[in-house]
Amino acid sequence: MPDLTAPRADAAAGADTASAAYGGGGAPLLPGSSAGDLPRTASASGQRRGDRVFRSLSLGAGLLLLGVIVAIGVFLVYRALPALRDNTGSFLTDVGWDPNATPPAFGIVALAFGTVLSSVLALAMAFPVAMGVALFISHYAPRRFAGPLGYVVDLLAAVPSVVYGLWGIFFLNDRIKGLSAFLHDHLGFVPLFRADGIYGRSILLASVVLAIMILPIIASLSREVFLQVPAANQEAALALGATRWEMIRMAVLPFGKPGVIGATMLGLGRALGETIAVALVLSPAFLVSFHVLEPGKGNTIAANIALQFGEATATGRGALIASGLVLFAITLVVNVIARAVIYRRRDFAGGSA
Amino acid sequence: MAKRIEAVDLDAYYGGFRAIEGVTLTIEPKSITALIGPSGCGKSTFLRTINRMHEVLPGARVTGQLLLDDEDVYGPGVDPVGVRRAIGMVFQRPNPFPTMSIYDNVVAGLRLNGVKKKGDLDDAAEQSLRSANLWNEVKDRLGKPGAGLSGGQQQRLCIARAVAVEPQVLLMDEPCSALDPISTLAIEDLMTELKDRYTIIIVTHNMQQAARVSDRTGFFTIDGPGTPGRLVEIDETPKIFSNPSEKRTEDYITGRFG
Repeated sequence: MPDLTAPRADAAAGADTASAAYGGGGAPLLPGSSAGDLPRTASASGQRRGDRVFRSLSLGAGLLLLGVIVAIGVFLVYRALPALRDNTGSFLTDVGWDPNATPPAFGIVALAFGTVLSSVLALAMAFPVAMGVALFISHYAPRRFAGPLGYVVDLLAAVPSVVYGLWGIFFLNDRIKGLSAFLHDHLGFVPLFRADGIYGRSILLASVVLAIMILPIIASLSREVFLQVPAANQEAALALGATRWEMIRMAVLPFGKPGVIGATMLGLGRALGETIAVALVLSPAFLVSFHVLEPGKGNTIAANIALQFGEATATGRGALIASGLVLFAITLVVNVIARAVIYRRRDFAGGSA
Repeated sequence: MAKRIEAVDLDAYYGGFRAIEGVTLTIEPKSITALIGPSGCGKSTFLRTINRMHEVLPGARVTGQLLLDDEDVYGPGVDPVGVRRAIGMVFQRPNPFPTMSIYDNVVAGLRLNGVKKKGDLDDAAEQSLRSANLWNEVKDRLGKPGAGLSGGQQQRLCIARAVAVEPQVLLMDEPCSALDPISTLAIEDLMTELKDRYTIIIVTHNMQQAARVSDRTGFFTIDGPGTPGRLVEIDETPKIFSNPSEKRTEDYITGRFG
């Protein structure tokens, strides 16, 4: 009688070892061979068919996703290369963007700068508010309010970005002018707030619209994470004599940190890639400028693709695709950094990493 | 400083449900009192009323008096946060903060109290870990996560965390029920040592444990489902286990009930 427990334990790891163990006694023990009383599966590996089907399906899904990502990368590189060859400027160091001119000359610097600047500003505005909203819903609001409030936040996350863009240009723009003038008049010594009297349709407006868009995403996911904090940890903090805020700092925030970083990266990813809302509100220019209050001081990669694609020459389209490749790379780098931050503290993650 | 605890006609509610009714008892400082009784009899609820952890749950409230050296814990204007700083608690399941190192776990309460000097924290950490009989096992890995210890070590870490702030009373809610016999023995020895400095109250389902460690034992029970738990009697532990005054206590002790 071969050892019946060993192959079962191995079955998940590899069917080869399992069937080898079964075959150890000479002829394989097939179903119906009445070698023992234990129930047999149809396959010699000891795995039930449902397990094998599910395993293949999930493996297939994973491989498909990898394939899609690689295909996107290959497509971007393939379509961008001809334009990059014809470029008479330097793609990685030039600020100007004239891919439709003859000869074409374009560089990514202004677009990449504008993309990162608007997203970082948006994150700086959205993150603290999102944390407040998430903690309020998870730990401060009376239960009667917490439910509906969470629902409203989820709803905000589902509003299409074009709606935010229209709202930004028709409603928020006029209001942001007043705010811009105020910031310039009172905090003009900060380089960000330098201006010469014309406001609106600025990087600031784009950032505020982006901030409002990503706030519900960050808040909604963070709230979920904060609700996962084990009651035992929260009670431990309270029993030590922590106030509610001290309990949150001691038990809730550290436990939720990996999840909050993930939520923030999702929000940042959406801000970096946001197209139509930015294209609607921003008065674009190919400049590297910190003058976030003024129109015509910047542009973003995604908005530029949307605005220029229709009228682009073949080389122009290639250039836009090259800029898309850069956006892809920026997003990748941001995510890798975030994963690295989480990984470094994995032993202290409390099982939530 | 260990303090005396006195409950006077104490009721505790979860929303509309009265979980315990009319508990009146006195617990002397520097003693170990065990609370025993069947599941759902309100002994854990009573324990949680002592440091006002009961009211952490929504809808939970308490009526009656609970005196800590003649000061009513439920008096007007008393801050529950202050009460909890004076009364330490150890829970049924070890619950070290998973995001903190062993060291940070032990000094978490001190940091809450505003102790910042590294020297003071280091001294307190070593002293508390020594009182919890854990120092020798963890002194070389204080920076490692507290959640990486074994269950028994984690529970002793929680005891170290609770005693680090020098509480006046130490509450233990079935502290050994998730532990193996060797870890249980270690914690029982520890309780006997800590008795010199603290008033200890332990809730336990294990009657041998109550008989082994406690000076006095209180027996709680309920008349039936949905009825409030009551304290049947509290007396010297040898008397409870050999010659209790109440028939119901005797039935429970001898296994005829519960």
